[in-house]
Amino acid sequence: MYFSIILIPLLSTFISGFGGRWLGRYGSSFFSSSFILLNFFLSLLIFFEVNICGSAVFLQLSPWFSSDILIVNWSFLFDSLTSVMLVVINSISSLVHFYSIGYLDEDPHFPRFMAYLSIFTFFMLMLVTADNLVQMFVGWEGVGIASYLLINFWFSRLSANQAALKALITNRVGDFGLSLAILLSFLVFGSLDYLTIFSLAPLFESYKISFFFFSFSFFSIFGLFLFFGAIGKSAQLGLHVWLPDAMEGPTPVSALIHAATMVTAGIFLLIRFSPILEFSSFTLALLILFGSATAFFAAFTGIFQSDLKKIIAYSTCSQLGYMMFSCGLSHYNLSLFHLTNHAFFKALLFLAAGSVIHAISDEQDIRRMGAFLPSLPLTYSVFMIGSLALAGFPFLTGFYSKDLILEICQVYRNRDLLYLGTTACVFGNLAVFFTTFYSFRLLFFTFFNPTNSPRSIYNLISESSIFIYLPLILLALGSIFIGYLGKDFFVGFGTPIWNSTLFIFSNNLYFVESEFLPPLLKWLPFLFSFTGFFFSFFLNTKNITLLFYKLAFFVNKKWYWDSFYSRFIVFPILNFGLVVTFKTLDRGFIELSGPYGFSKVVPVWASLINLLQSGQLSHYTFLFVLALILFFSSFYLTLTSLLFFLTLFFFI
Amino acid sequence: MLNFYTSIITTFFCLFLVSLLGMFLNKKNILIMLMSLEMLFLSASSFFIFSSIYLDDITGQIFAILILTVAASESAIGLAILVIYYRIRSTISVELMDLMKG
Repeated sequence: MYFSIILIPLLSTFISGFGGRWLGRYGSSFFSSSFILLNFFLSLLIFFEVNICGSAVFLQLSPWFSSDILIVNWSFLFDSLTSVMLVVINSISSLVHFYSIGYLDEDPHFPRFMAYLSIFTFFMLMLVTADNLVQMFVGWEGVGIASYLLINFWFSRLSANQAALKALITNRVGDFGLSLAILLSFLVFGSLDYLTIFSLAPLFESYKISFFFFSFSFFSIFGLFLFFGAIGKSAQLGLHVWLPDAMEGPTPVSALIHAATMVTAGIFLLIRFSPILEFSSFTLALLILFGSATAFFAAFTGIFQSDLKKIIAYSTCSQLGYMMFSCGLSHYNLSLFHLTNHAFFKALLFLAAGSVIHAISDEQDIRRMGAFLPSLPLTYSVFMIGSLALAGFPFLTGFYSKDLILEICQVYRNRDLLYLGTTACVFGNLAVFFTTFYSFRLLFFTFFNPTNSPRSIYNLISESSIFIYLPLILLALGSIFIGYLGKDFFVGFGTPIWNSTLFIFSNNLYFVESEFLPPLLKWLPFLFSFTGFFFSFFLNTKNITLLFYKLAFFVNKKWYWDSFYSRFIVFPILNFGLVVTFKTLDRGFIELSGPYGFSKVVPVWASLINLLQSGQLSHYTFLFVLALILFFSSFYLTLTSLLFFLTLFFFI
Repeated sequence: MLNFYTSIITTFFCLFLVSLLGMFLNKKNILIMLMSLEMLFLSASSFFIFSSIYLDDITGQIFAILILTVAASESAIGLAILVIYYRIRSTISVELMDLMKG
């Protein structure tokens, strides 16, 4: 069961990838969907066995490579964190597989799409089940590659190609940090296995790493590299630019990769490395700072976007910011709780957006929508549930995790002297306001406002097939109930699930204090989201872009991050590559001192020497005598002066 | 003040140098070249003879006779080549013998 949960997605990939030509649309959809569904049931069993029965499983498959003290095995660790991730990944993935059957019903390359979805699931499972850093890196890079293939699924579109390249390369920037972390782990701990690293971690608390003349605390550097990996994969501020562009892929891809699975890999990494991060207050501060800034920034950027999927993408970015600063506040299980909840309601939002897009023949601009409520009642209902869950409406899924995160940063605000807790608190609460604002703006534009879509399209709008609405209903049920059902499991009072997996310093724990906050502070997020709702309700009747023209323009352009990057980073690097390394060094210096220049010099010299052979007998006699003289005089001369004479002779 | 032996050696050496210079300073006539070559042989064989007398050894004189023979046969062959060359080119100017230039 434990091995098969890894192998089944791979098998599904091979069946629909290599056999797609023979199986066709129905065969590949049947096989891959049922395989992943089977995987989902297996992961439920694993969840039961590992978490409810409390028996973590460690399986060793085979040695991968070993050299001296470097020993890396193919082995799998199923602890409470992994089994939760398994359930999240497999449930979302199986629903997305099922949804894709309806969504890509007219696509000619459907088996290929199914193969990509399955290989993506496979790599994600590799990532979460790995027991050492190298095997985890296999999954880490694998999801990057799979995301490239999926974003680039409609490969004939230029923008899809560009977005896929951007996603892959931006991820690689973070992956570089992670690979440095792997090397550093081997350098210091001499091991790459989680179990060894985590048990050794307390011994290295004051360990220093020297680099040239500088000396750094080991945990700060290690945490910094892990943080780089996490911001790349989880699209945090700085490397977030790939996520909105990755919406070029088909909508089920966005739901799988950019809501529930790939972007959570960075958060998963941080949660997994809690025994390391806890020792570095620097890293925790970094996580708080970047996480809260991302939560605020992405939510703010989302409010004036006009692309249906990009709004949700920015919302993902913002929610990942919450998860990250929750990690920074040392509440890893809460972060995982939010990850789980977010996977459900964000997959729901993406798939519902896909349902809208599918119903109106692939129009994504919300300004050309409106008044879809009568024709898409089911999509509207689930969209509303998803938005309310996202906004943290009481007793829906988002409420249980997001409000708890905000309460904990309220407590943290009182303790922290560096104002980091305050930063998290202010940014987090403002992000709640903007989250509700863009969620309801989206709903107004799509379902309530007078329609802007052409009559020929508007009259034909109807709900799609069962393949589309069944996943929506299931996810809507998940978005309503998962938070309530999971609360005691994840963040309940003294829950024993995380004892063997996560490590939290007891002076960083604020679960108890957060339960006894003043009522006003507990109401604060709800009040903020209510204000956000009213703002969007009233401003929707006006033209917002006229009220805040400059601001809306600035925000709509994503705060000019992309133009900043392309102007000051990407273009100078490309320019450096062309002008300096290619033209000056490669084609210039090296070729001139190497083959090209040599081939230019030799003929010149050869023709000069050729001139000596003039055909005149007297010249030959002269040279002959001269050579004789030189030869005999060489007995009396040192070698250097002889060489000098010879050189002199050739240069004449 | 040079002594007797040195002055004789110098004389022969000067003869050698003159003939060597005659080999490559002359640009017109190949006959002069051949004559210089003969003078070269002459100076060498004179050197041998003087050395054999000086060292009281017969080998030098034997060499001189051998050189005489070789020089005679060599100039015979050289003149024969010269005649053939003249028959073909109708000139014996050294300057124009540059068909083999590189």
